[in-house]
Order: sequence, then C-alpha cells, then structure tokens
Amino acid sequence: MRVAPTFNVALRALRRNKLRSVLTALGIIIGVGAVIAMVGIGNGAKAQVEAQIASLGQNVILIFSGSTTSSGIRTGWGGAGTLRIEDAEAIRREVPGVIGVSEEVVSTTQVAAGNQNWFTRIYGESPDYFDIRQWPLADGAPFTWQDVRSANKVCVIGSTTATQIYGNENPIGQILRIKEVPFTITGVLTPKGLSTQGVDQDDIVIMPYTSAMKRVIGGTNLRNINVQIADPQQLEAAQQQIISLLRQRHNIRPGRDDDFTVRNQQEIAQAATATSRVMTLLLGAIAGVSLLVGGIGIMNIMLVSVTERTREIGVRMAVGARGNDILTQFLIEAVTLSSVGGLIGIICGIGASKVLSAYANWPTLISISSIAIAFLFSAAVGIFFGFYPARKAAALDPIEALRYE
Amino acid sequence: MNNGSIVSLVDVQKTYRTGEMEVHAVRGVSIEIRRGEFVALMGASGSGKSTLMNILGCLDRPTTGHYILDGADVSGLDRDRLADIRNRKIGFVFQNFNLLGRTSARENVELPLVYSAQRLTNAEFRERADRVLASVGLAGREDHYPSQLSGGQQQRVAIARALINQPEVLLADEPTGNLDSRTSVEIITIFQQLNERGITVIMVTHEPDIAAYAKRNVMMRDGVILDDHLVSQPTNAASQLQHQHAPPP
Repeated sequence: MRVAPTFNVALRALRRNKLRSVLTALGIIIGVGAVIAMVGIGNGAKAQVEAQIASLGQNVILIFSGSTTSSGIRTGWGGAGTLRIEDAEAIRREVPGVIGVSEEVVSTTQVAAGNQNWFTRIYGESPDYFDIRQWPLADGAPFTWQDVRSANKVCVIGSTTATQIYGNENPIGQILRIKEVPFTITGVLTPKGLSTQGVDQDDIVIMPYTSAMKRVIGGTNLRNINVQIADPQQLEAAQQQIISLLRQRHNIRPGRDDDFTVRNQQEIAQAATATSRVMTLLLGAIAGVSLLVGGIGIMNIMLVSVTERTREIGVRMAVGARGNDILTQFLIEAVTLSSVGGLIGIICGIGASKVLSAYANWPTLISISSIAIAFLFSAAVGIFFGFYPARKAAALDPIEALRYE
Repeated sequence: MNNGSIVSLVDVQKTYRTGEMEVHAVRGVSIEIRRGEFVALMGASGSGKSTLMNILGCLDRPTTGHYILDGADVSGLDRDRLADIRNRKIGFVFQNFNLLGRTSARENVELPLVYSAQRLTNAEFRERADRVLASVGLAGREDHYPSQLSGGQQQRVAIARALINQPEVLLADEPTGNLDSRTSVEIITIFQQLNERGITVIMVTHEPDIAAYAKRNVMMRDGVILDDHLVSQPTNAASQLQHQHAPPP
C-alpha cells in the first residue's frame, strides 16, 4: 500500500463534503481555540501575579504588629502597636544576614500644593525601603539616614501623585503641604502599576518614618517592619531568629501567642500562584471538555461516512485493499479533520487572546509548549475518535459491503 | 495440477450458518478451467453460482475443499493474503458497475494500482490508466465522472479497472444485466477480444443468449454442477454488430 494515494483519497473524501467537514472541524477549532485562549489567560494572570510578588522585593520578611481587642472589638493586624522602633533596630543589630530594614507607618490624608490638592497614602519608611522593594527613583534623590535622624520635612512621591498635583511640572524641590506641614520633595519614583489587590501603588507619598510619626501621623508604634535578607537560604533561619528575638523583647512567656505576625515573601507568592494555577487548570479543563465534544463530533461523522461509503469500501477491498489500507484511509481522514481543525483553532485561540488583551485589558501569555500540546492533543483526538469507525470499516466483509444498498 | 489449468476447484463446499440453520450453498464442486478459456457460469438464483463466484474471486473461502489458482492453493489464506491475490490475479466486473461516484474514469481505473505492491509514479499511474481506457474504446473520456457516462461506457470503465493490473482471470458477474441488448453485445465484444488475447474469462449469467458467446457453459443447480459442455460454435459478437450495420461503438 502506498501512503500518498491513500492520503489523496482521504483528502478528496473530505473535500467532497465540504460543509460537513468544516462543521465537524469546527468542534475541534472551538475546542483547541478555547484551550489556547483559556490557558493563555490563566498563564497571563499567573505571570502578572508573579511579577507583582517579585515587585514586593527579593527575600523579604514582613513583620506585622499584632492585633488587640478593645471592648470586644478586635483591631486586626497592626492595631496593637506592639512593634517599636527599638525592635527594628534590634533586628538590624542582631539578626545575621539582614541587609535592609525599613520601619513602616502608614496613613492616608489630604495633601496640597499651590491650588491643587489630592487624597493619598502616606508611608513612613527608612531609606532602605527603596532597595527592599527594588523601587528606583525616576528623578531626584531619596531621603537619607540624616533626614531620618532629624525627622526632616522631606519626601519622595509616586508618579500618580506627581501627575495629580503638579501635572507636567517638575515636582523636585517643590513644597507639598501635608496636614499643613510643608515638605520638600526630593524625588519622584518610577511607576510600579497596580498591586495584586488592584491598588495604584504609585499613588503614594514616602517620607522618613520619624517625620511621619512626629509631624503627620503621631504615635510611637510601627505598623510593620520590612526586612530584607541577603541570601534566600537564610530566609527560614532569619525568620525564626526574628520571632525569638521579638518574643524575648516583648517578654512573651513560652506557650503564649506572639503579639506580632511574621510572613515571608515566598509564602505570599506561593499562596498567590497557587490561586492562579487553580484558575489555569480550571479554565483548561473547561476548554478540554469542548475539545472532547469536538472529538465526539468527529467520531459521529466518521461513523456516518463509513456507512455511506460501505459500497466504496467493498469495491476497494475487491480490487485488493487490505483491512489496514481501509483503516489507514479513514484514520487519515479523521486525523486530517482534527489536526487541520487544531491548526485553525490555534490561530483562533491566539487571535481571541490578543483581542482579550487589547479590549478587556487581560494579560494573556501563550507559550510555544501550550501550542504544541494543543496541536498534538487535537491530532490525538482524531486518532482516538477516528479509530473505532475506521476499524469498523476495515472489518467489513467485502461481499456484504459490495451488496450494500 | 499445473497442466495449463489456471483455476482448479477440488470438491469445494460452502456452508453458511444462519442461526440454527445450515445452508449448503455449494455442495461439492470440482472443476478445471484452463488458461484462455471463456466460461459462462449459469444457473437460477439460489443455484450457488454467486457463492462459487465469490470463492473464485477470493472474496470468500470454501468451507471444505481446495481452490488452486495459478498453481497455488489459496483456500486457506487469510484476509490480507486474499486481498493481495485479488489485486494481482483477479479482475472484477460487476452487474452494477460499482464505480466510485464523483471520481473520474481515470481515477476509477487507477484504483487497483493504489493497493498494488508495485512502485509507480503518478505519471505512470496516469499513463497506464489512459492506455487501458483507450483499449476499451474510452480515449478522451478519462476525466468524465461516472454520472456523465452511459451504462455501457461505465461498464467499459469497470473493465478497464479490472484489466489495469494485468490479471490472470477476469471474473464478470452478470456484466450485461443492467444493459440493453445492443450495449450488451458491445460489452461481450470486448470480452471476446480480451479472451482472444489470452485472458481467461469467467462470466456468471442467467441468459442463454449471453452464454452462447462463451466457449464453455457450466450449469449449476442446488449447489452442484449439473452440466458442463464446450460450445461448438460460440456466437461472434463483433461480426454480429457488423451484421446489424450498426455504427461502430
């Protein structure tokens, strides 16, 4: 038997029933297209989450102040005010491998300059903060340890805040009034975009934590401490040391709960990527079902085709076709349907995800491997669902097939 | 056994089992057909001639007995081997032509080559098919579909298909059953011409007129051969056509 003529025969049979072939392939086109688009969306979301997690900084440990209960009302993390500046200094001094510590206080307030004003978030930090979060300045300079020690009235602003208050003007050196206190702007940060929660991270004013505590927020407690460790291998050990150091400093007896919470960035990343992985799987599974339905469509139409062409099969057998020749012919038909459908589906899927990216602003990521898997899977669907009808054709008795009306 | 005989059946029986019933379609047939014979196999329906034809055509295997085709016993071969034998040694012509629809005459004729062990190029396919089509008087109709051809022309395409692999035996099952009498004679003319060139022809028919063109008549009834005789003066189809002053086909 020769493959090329058999291939021609299969292609001709498909061309003969154009509409039927197209409709059958449509099932696969939709299935593969859905797989490509859905997995693209899932992977895009995952990549975005990972990028955002990475933007939190590398090897970062976050220590939050504990919650407290006052008159039966629990305040949530950071409410108890158990973290103090001295705790941060102790961490800086005593925990090995620490390369950066930023004491953090947070508030929101109205800020103004000239006749413009804007409601934004105020972050009090140490100069280490910009390194910890890998957040370089677009223009100007960050504040210094000297500014921290003297609680100077200086600040750095995010790009959103800069645009809202100064428009196209250069904010460097300008005065920003925060709760009627005039602050000098020393720098503007590079844009960081939305956070995982959808908060505009560039809508921010960052100043020395001492200035924030004394001049804007008041109080002596930190909301949290950001710690950066040099080596990811040391992350676990450093986290344990921070916990025991703080327990000791806060005089917490063994068996009692911590009055603070320690998280590291890996834990946060794992939780976030686990969510997006589940989403990708779910979307992929739904799309896979439609591919399965497409496969059943192929099987159905191949069974019809075998019945319709019983006489033809009989003639082919009479002139010397072996069972395997007939099997191959129908398998090639089924696989051609499914793989051509698969190719078109891949193109449609890529197109659909581009459209989604462009109009719905969803990030999509289409990998070569997902294209290859989708194509191989569609070919496999053809073989799997084409095999039964093809075997049925091959097993026909030539005498009965010739007599079939 | 190979004393010039191309087909040799030795006590061939064929029994079908339908449920509890056993049907003895062929009850012990022995026959020798020599190279170059033109045999008409006759009999009423149910006489077993179709079953015998299926066995001769290697579409079916005898329940017992032996079938020696061209010196080799083919009665015990499996499906695939039988398919190869059909491809190489047997050409089929059917009552209802059995051409593939919406497929050109040339492609219909090429069909046995597709399943042939010979390695031919597309050009050789085409060249051989066109030559055989021309030999049955269909030059210029290579690209016609069966629906564009008359019954007689369709049967010629079927004969060309049967001849393309240069078979030992041409098996024709009621080849004129669907044709009018004049076209029938034309088709028989082709058979006689092929037979003169040395091809063995075995033809099933129930019409004595048609059987009269063959050199040998075999009559079956109830699964056995009732009568087997040589025809002393077979009718010559070609001269019969001329005698009618008919235009050439």
